[in-house]
Amino acid sequence: MHINIIKPNKENLTSFVSIGSFFILIGFADFIFNTFLNLNFTGFLPDTLSYLIPIIFGLIGLYLIRVEFSGNRLLDRINNNFNSSNFNALLSLLVIFSLIKFIPPLLNWFIFDADFAGNTKQDCTGSGACWVFVKVWLNRFVYGMYPDIEQWRINTAFFLLFFLVGASFFVPSKLKKYLLLFLLFIYPIIGFKLISGGDFGLKYIETGAWGGLSLTFIVSAFALILCFPIGMFLALGRRSNLPAIRYSSIGFIELWRGVPLITVLFMSAVMFPMFLPDGTYVDKLIRVLIAITLFEAAYMAEVIRGGLQALPKGQYEAAKSLGMGYWRMHFLIVLPQALKLVIPGIANTFLALVKDTPLIFVVGLLELAGMVNLAKTNPEWLGMAMEGYVFAGLVFWVICYAMSRYSQNLEKKLSTER
Amino acid sequence: MSNKKKDLIPQVLTVLFIILVIIYFTINAQNNMGNRGISFGFGFLSQESSFDIAFSLIDYDGSYSYARAFLVGLLNTILVSVIGIFFATILGVTVGISRLSQNYLIAKAAEWYVEIFRNIPLILQIFFWYFAALRALPLTIDSINFYDISFLNVKGWYIPRFIWTNFSTFVYSIITAAILIILVSRYSRKQRDEFGKQIPVFYISLAILFILPFLSFLIGGVTLSFKIPELTQLSKTIYVYQGGVTIIPELISLALALSMYTATFIAENVRAGILGVNKGQKEAAASIGLTRGQILKLVVMPQALRIIIPPTTNQYLNLTKNSSLAAAIAYPDIVLVFAGTALMQTGRAIEIISITMLTYLSLSLSISVFMNWYNKKMAIKEK
Repeated sequence: MHINIIKPNKENLTSFVSIGSFFILIGFADFIFNTFLNLNFTGFLPDTLSYLIPIIFGLIGLYLIRVEFSGNRLLDRINNNFNSSNFNALLSLLVIFSLIKFIPPLLNWFIFDADFAGNTKQDCTGSGACWVFVKVWLNRFVYGMYPDIEQWRINTAFFLLFFLVGASFFVPSKLKKYLLLFLLFIYPIIGFKLISGGDFGLKYIETGAWGGLSLTFIVSAFALILCFPIGMFLALGRRSNLPAIRYSSIGFIELWRGVPLITVLFMSAVMFPMFLPDGTYVDKLIRVLIAITLFEAAYMAEVIRGGLQALPKGQYEAAKSLGMGYWRMHFLIVLPQALKLVIPGIANTFLALVKDTPLIFVVGLLELAGMVNLAKTNPEWLGMAMEGYVFAGLVFWVICYAMSRYSQNLEKKLSTER
Repeated sequence: MSNKKKDLIPQVLTVLFIILVIIYFTINAQNNMGNRGISFGFGFLSQESSFDIAFSLIDYDGSYSYARAFLVGLLNTILVSVIGIFFATILGVTVGISRLSQNYLIAKAAEWYVEIFRNIPLILQIFFWYFAALRALPLTIDSINFYDISFLNVKGWYIPRFIWTNFSTFVYSIITAAILIILVSRYSRKQRDEFGKQIPVFYISLAILFILPFLSFLIGGVTLSFKIPELTQLSKTIYVYQGGVTIIPELISLALALSMYTATFIAENVRAGILGVNKGQKEAAASIGLTRGQILKLVVMPQALRIIIPPTTNQYLNLTKNSSLAAAIAYPDIVLVFAGTALMQTGRAIEIISITMLTYLSLSLSISVFMNWYNKKMAIKEK
């Protein structure tokens, strides 16, 4: 009779699994007692060994329950996903143990020990985060130095934008074109006028007072709307047969792509005014918008060029054989297909644009990250850097993550391949 | 109108437009500079800079020229870029491979690492490390002690200084080792191609790499000693570590943020590269009897690298350009030193911004020239 006691099989599975689970349980129990209750049962061992005890027990246990095709679905799933080899078992244990170790303190800092109530720094008595700081400064984080009573203007401008974008999904396709043109060319002027004021009885508010999250949105939205057509023409220019146009497009694109945004912003701040007639003053925000737009347009051009190159030659030839000219061919046949191909690239460029907006601090404009920097140096709120950056990071993360998810969906939706 | 003429008009218009813009800008710039009493020129580069830089790889103080200050900034930019690239590569490759792991936990952890650090602006991450995380370190007097040779506190990280004698001999020995290794690998390839002999190149190379520098210590008169940073008391309350090398917190936080941010992009490249290798390739390799290690080394990796390297080089370039964010936390890189302090002192906006942009531009262009060469070399030669 052949008895195999080293390797588990279907007959002795139960005993192996129960012994293995017992070992794993001991490992976890030791770790949890150590972390949360400060009880060290293995303290009589040398220090290093006593740290490793949970891992050693866990590894032995996981080795014992590693059975191929046990017939038990749960066990098979565990073995396949967490325990396919000794190395994988070790990695799983390390990940689980570090989660147990680090998640509770993080949660404590974030929620359980954090302070939410009150209006001053003195109200923060707990050992966790002081969210009072964010609460008190929230208005500044969103609107910057924009006067409180005029903030409805920013809200209205954004509400209008959301309304128009939302409406574009529902209006009949004939009207859609006009709505899009309105959104691209008329809306930016209306929005800008509404927020800056000066006419129609609206109080003029200089751009230096704009700031916070709304400025992040304003800068990204304007640059986003403007960089797209410029990038499209640059991409077409780079693929043009006419050498003068091709080389000037290449030169323009490579110039902007070769330098960091921060130097471009420096340029717009200190070098650009030198190039204008003496006495002309262009608003700081406008200069920044031009700089960011040209910078992102160069990146956009390269993305769109990728799409143009990926399009089969037959599409160009078919359009030409129908007697279409250059512009009709590109706007009716080539670009719609090419743009669809590069949606991920376009989305990445937009994401990069949003993530680049904090850089406008170099010319003294303070959007969300800049406002946090300002708030944390306020004498009444010293030592709040962590809360401020975590909050700003969270806001940016939500925006960027949502955008990347949306682009993935859009890609799926627009895909015409079956 | 003939076709040629039709082509000519837009080109002439474009060139004319560009020339007009340049002329317009030049005239305005001349007027403006004339009004302020400065003239265009690069003579200021040899003037005394008279400002100090907090961190420098070469000798520098206020008595050196602006050109020297530029060099200090450039070296600092290169330093943080090299450190960032090194760690970003290690971290990125690890995370990229982990995302493809069979182990659910590891794959998920890697995925979340990528999702979290990719979607937070780099500048915020730099601020976070510099203003929040590193400021939480202890004061000099109760530094974190690493085995009594290295100390970490809020002022920076103090590591031992290497003191070499006959350092050049050591460098020569390493160069000789590198040449020898190249010769050995050539010879072994020839042997393999002609006679089918396998030579253990890896172990021979490893041996050469260790033995030659070791010999330089034994007979070349090279010695190496360490100077460990020591805590000294300057006044009643002020303590500093002296004698070692100080890595300033600006450098630590910048390198940390740059490598963690760029690693997410490299990880995605690595993942895409490995996934991009056709499954049939692995199966074909297995069917001719290669072992798993051989499949990975000889079939999968060469093809994956062809996909991975171009976008990764791009990321290295991005990292170098992003290192200019140093200006936000006052790490003395080229932007802060040159486009910041030097510009404020001299007021020569056009010259200084042009030099700074040209420096980055030449860096980018040289890398893209290299990339094009590499792509051509690595492109699959189809028959």
